[in-house]
Amino acid sequence: MRPIKPLFSYGPVPTYRMLLCAVLAFGLMFAEHRFSAVETARSHLTSVVAPIQWLVSLPSEGMRWGAMAISDQQSLIDENQRLREQLLTLSNRVQRMASLTAENVHLRELLNAPNPDDVPYITAELLSLDSDPFTQQIVINRGRRDGAYIGQPVMDASGLIGQVVSVSAYTSRVLMVADANHAVPVEINRNGLRFIAQGTGQLDILDVPSVPATADIREGDLLVTSGLGGRFPRGYPVARISDVQRESSQAFMEVTAEPIAQPERSRYFLLLFPPDPPSTDGLDGAEQMARRVVWPGDPANPDVGRISEAGLTAALKIQDVGESP
Amino acid sequence: MTLFGYLFVWFTLLLALCLQVMPLPDAWLVWRPDWLGILLAYWCVATPQRVGVIHGFVLGLALDLIEGAPLGQNALTLSLLAYLFLLLYQRFRVYSIWQQAVLVFVLLGIAQLLEQWLRTIFGPVSVSLEFLIPALIGAALWPWLFTMMQVVRRRLGIG
Repeated sequence: MRPIKPLFSYGPVPTYRMLLCAVLAFGLMFAEHRFSAVETARSHLTSVVAPIQWLVSLPSEGMRWGAMAISDQQSLIDENQRLREQLLTLSNRVQRMASLTAENVHLRELLNAPNPDDVPYITAELLSLDSDPFTQQIVINRGRRDGAYIGQPVMDASGLIGQVVSVSAYTSRVLMVADANHAVPVEINRNGLRFIAQGTGQLDILDVPSVPATADIREGDLLVTSGLGGRFPRGYPVARISDVQRESSQAFMEVTAEPIAQPERSRYFLLLFPPDPPSTDGLDGAEQMARRVVWPGDPANPDVGRISEAGLTAALKIQDVGESP
Repeated sequence: MTLFGYLFVWFTLLLALCLQVMPLPDAWLVWRPDWLGILLAYWCVATPQRVGVIHGFVLGLALDLIEGAPLGQNALTLSLLAYLFLLLYQRFRVYSIWQQAVLVFVLLGIAQLLEQWLRTIFGPVSVSLEFLIPALIGAALWPWLFTMMQVVRRRLGIG
């Protein structure tokens, strides 16, 4: 007798496969958190999906090319004119900058403070914007081969964009300052008060938490990187204060800022190579402690961070002399 | 299924992956339908013996790599989606097309919810109900996609 053919053909119940996949996925997530080897593996695997990234960037490239090809002569002439004017303005500024830099160097010498070095950089071009509405990241066309590294600061023409969070051979991924996972130490350009600027997940809003109600902070203040934390070099513009909510009953104010960089419009970026922060490894306990305490500072004590390297060394020497009989 | 059939399945899935990661203006991103989700759902319903959890896992892994999400986040979401559709495909096939669309919305919504949970585990995110929009639009597209894919599949003799 032939076996009766079942009325419905039941496929294999895929529970075991589902369990396997779940275990694998959780394993991957856990491993990525813990082991740096996964990061290397990831950067190799990213090269495998690079063709897809290239493929999906074709339409926008084509549109850009098409717009260029059909743009008429008049608009090109206009653009040329505008660029010339911009060039003139900028070169004028550069000339003033040169004399200001010389003056600054001179003043710093008088104060016996070390001169900040110029920060070397390479340029990079936008490869793709993030396709995920809940994170703010971009992919740029510089990778390990060009010297990009994790934690590297990224600028556009007007301000800080963010930092590199993963690097593959030819591309790297940049976490933008507006991402909810990003925070950058900043100071007010006007008076040097230091805060943290935190991303909110919205491109045009940064949050500045823990601002004491008495702090001197106004709408329109420029926030620049403070250089604390050792990741971003000092003095690059980050954001402008857009709103200060002062409530007399609260100990802290609610302050929001608007990023200065324009990631939606920029195509070209700068990858900075800031010099390494002074190492504290070889120093003895007291000095190491002093640097740790003095350099981070706190907003209640704004002058502490202004002690220069040379001043600190001198102070420690005096302390040493005072202690030794 | 012939070799051509397999190639066709992978071709459509990769096409959906491309649509899923196609760059869009920032304000439009939440309005993108869950292409990969509905295509995977279609193949799970149409050929449950051949397309399943593993397909979801591999595609999810590719999506993680392209989006820079934590490795395994989308892989888990999409394999769960495939699993749910494999569990329900027999019931699914006897539904009318609008009932199917509602069920697609519910299942895509569950998958998106899982993804949001995973996101909150890995870092602070602004949580809002916006994450349901891709599922909603995906479900609204379902009747058309389903009808079109059925015609194409029959024409090509894949099954």
